[in-house]
Amino acid sequence: MTGPRGMAGAESAIRVEDLTVAYGEKPVLWDVDMAVPPGVLMAVIGPNGAGKTTLIKAIMGLVRPVAGYVSIFGKPYLSQRRLVGYVPQRNSVDWDFPTSVLDVVMMGRYGVLGWFGRPGRAERKAAMEALTKVGMADLAGRQISQLSGGQQQRVFLARALVQDARVYLMDEPFQGVDATTERAIVTLLKEMRSEGKTVLVVHHDLQTVPEYFDWVTLLNVRCVASGPVEKAFIDRNLRLTYGGRVSYLTHHAAEETFGHPEE
Amino acid sequence: MGIPGFVQTLFADYTLRQVALGAAMLGIVNGVLGSFAVLRKQSLLGDGISHAALPGIALAFLLTGSKSSLTLLLGAAAAGWVGTLLIMSIVNHTRVKYDSALGLVLSVFFGFGLVLLTYIQKLPVATQAGLDKFLFGQAATLLRKDVATIAVLGGIVVAFLLVFWKEFKLVSFDPDFAFSLGYPVRALDVLLTTLLVIAIVIGLQTVGVVLMSAMVVAPAAAARQWTDRLGVMVAVSGIFGALAGVGGALVSSSASRIPTGPTIVLCASAVVLFSLLLAPNRGLAWGYFREQINRRQLQTEAVLGDLYILARQHREAGHGHPVEVLRTMAHGHGGVDRSLKVLQERGLVEETGPGEWALTPPGMEEAGRLSRQWRETP
Repeated sequence: MTGPRGMAGAESAIRVEDLTVAYGEKPVLWDVDMAVPPGVLMAVIGPNGAGKTTLIKAIMGLVRPVAGYVSIFGKPYLSQRRLVGYVPQRNSVDWDFPTSVLDVVMMGRYGVLGWFGRPGRAERKAAMEALTKVGMADLAGRQISQLSGGQQQRVFLARALVQDARVYLMDEPFQGVDATTERAIVTLLKEMRSEGKTVLVVHHDLQTVPEYFDWVTLLNVRCVASGPVEKAFIDRNLRLTYGGRVSYLTHHAAEETFGHPEE
Repeated sequence: MGIPGFVQTLFADYTLRQVALGAAMLGIVNGVLGSFAVLRKQSLLGDGISHAALPGIALAFLLTGSKSSLTLLLGAAAAGWVGTLLIMSIVNHTRVKYDSALGLVLSVFFGFGLVLLTYIQKLPVATQAGLDKFLFGQAATLLRKDVATIAVLGGIVVAFLLVFWKEFKLVSFDPDFAFSLGYPVRALDVLLTTLLVIAIVIGLQTVGVVLMSAMVVAPAAAARQWTDRLGVMVAVSGIFGALAGVGGALVSSSASRIPTGPTIVLCASAVVLFSLLLAPNRGLAWGYFREQINRRQLQTEAVLGDLYILARQHREAGHGHPVEVLRTMAHGHGGVDRSLKVLQERGLVEETGPGEWALTPPGMEEAGRLSRQWRETP
């Protein structure tokens, strides 16, 4: 793997070393090394069951690794938690929960508020600004069960925006959203990058990787490759990741859909 | 005894007042905590906790020989808590799923409790009588100090809930995100479950272990029907809990020998039924009427559309078409006559002869607009 080595590693926004996660006896992630420089938009791609979601969860300590070490800007994750924003998969929560859009977005400030702080005017203002950024300001008062899939995703993104983090971990933000929302999200991601944020995105659509991202990690239990898109996103690596069933570069326009290896 | 007489008795009768007060408080506490249990999809956990508490009550009596409510409640809470931990560890360490683990612990603890209870009743001790009230509840046995116990413990539970409101809301909605913000999700989970255990335990003497879970689930499920805001839901659930508690306790106390649990459950069910049927937006009746209104509007638009098609085929404005033709075009879906009447009132159609109808010029315009709209929306 190319990337910063030794002391230079302190400059990585996210640095993962020897990360191994197992559910029971089966390894889900095996000896993953990865260094993400600050200010890049990175896609994490790989077939179903490759451990993409687990990678995000292991970085945050939500899943306990068997071995390995994660640092954010050179320091252990736990001491840098405030710098990391998280966008979970949309379907990981019950959208029939009795709460409003604005309320969910304000949850992004709870970490800063601490135990006994209550959300007030400042939090409301930050939440409204984030909602405006994702084009949802007029739906702030809406009950969350009345949102479409794309709107739910935008709410989660707004919640992450008010965290005002430097590193973002996003689990499939493009899943099940329409073309308009996808474009809006991409615009937002690029805006975040231009503000110097580092964004890691679990992604499924190989076609759009070169267009949306400048950095990529190919994952299939092991880390096959990680680096700038033009270097890492090559036919050989894709074959290694997807088990030879991908012909992205040979059919560049790639009309065909990709078959993921069965689990 | 009429209602004014009843209310008068309520305020005059010391015992009845105690009973009503105790039932109201435990109703509020369980309604409030139950909201979180329901939202966290742990409705059945309440059933597990209350059944698991029975052997705790019996053991507390056997060990101390005391029937003071605090001693028995401590035993109940300890057993309920152990039962809950057992359920969690079975789920975490074996392949047994949550529902099976819950059923297992519930029945084993409850069975053990019944054995102990039978044993106690055979003891030649004068004080042994009366523990069986914990099975189905007996509100009439609430004494002043029992009510005080309920008030203190219930107050503590609600105070905790208010202090950690923001955190409980967050872990109930999105525990992973809460974890990513640095909140100790596991500890908050244990705290919330412990509060639920306390809420349930203070209701056992009044409602009984068998039906206690109704006090946890029913008010919350009913309250969810009326609002889309957590704060309002919790408050309404508390009020519903109090209503069901007081209603059930008073009915069972005034008619002798009826256990309180069943009467409270009947009151709670009435609240749930009422809410399921009549609540705005989520209620069944609301949904039915909305569907009827939609159906009628679609029928009316369809008749207008059919007349538009006919009019375009004839190229002669004001040419009347027999209502039978319209009925055929509606494929027997009905509502043609009603639709024509509605359209006539809106000035969109006119009756050109007996049973013959045609679009008016504004009707022609409206139908044209609708048909363009239909074409645009796939």
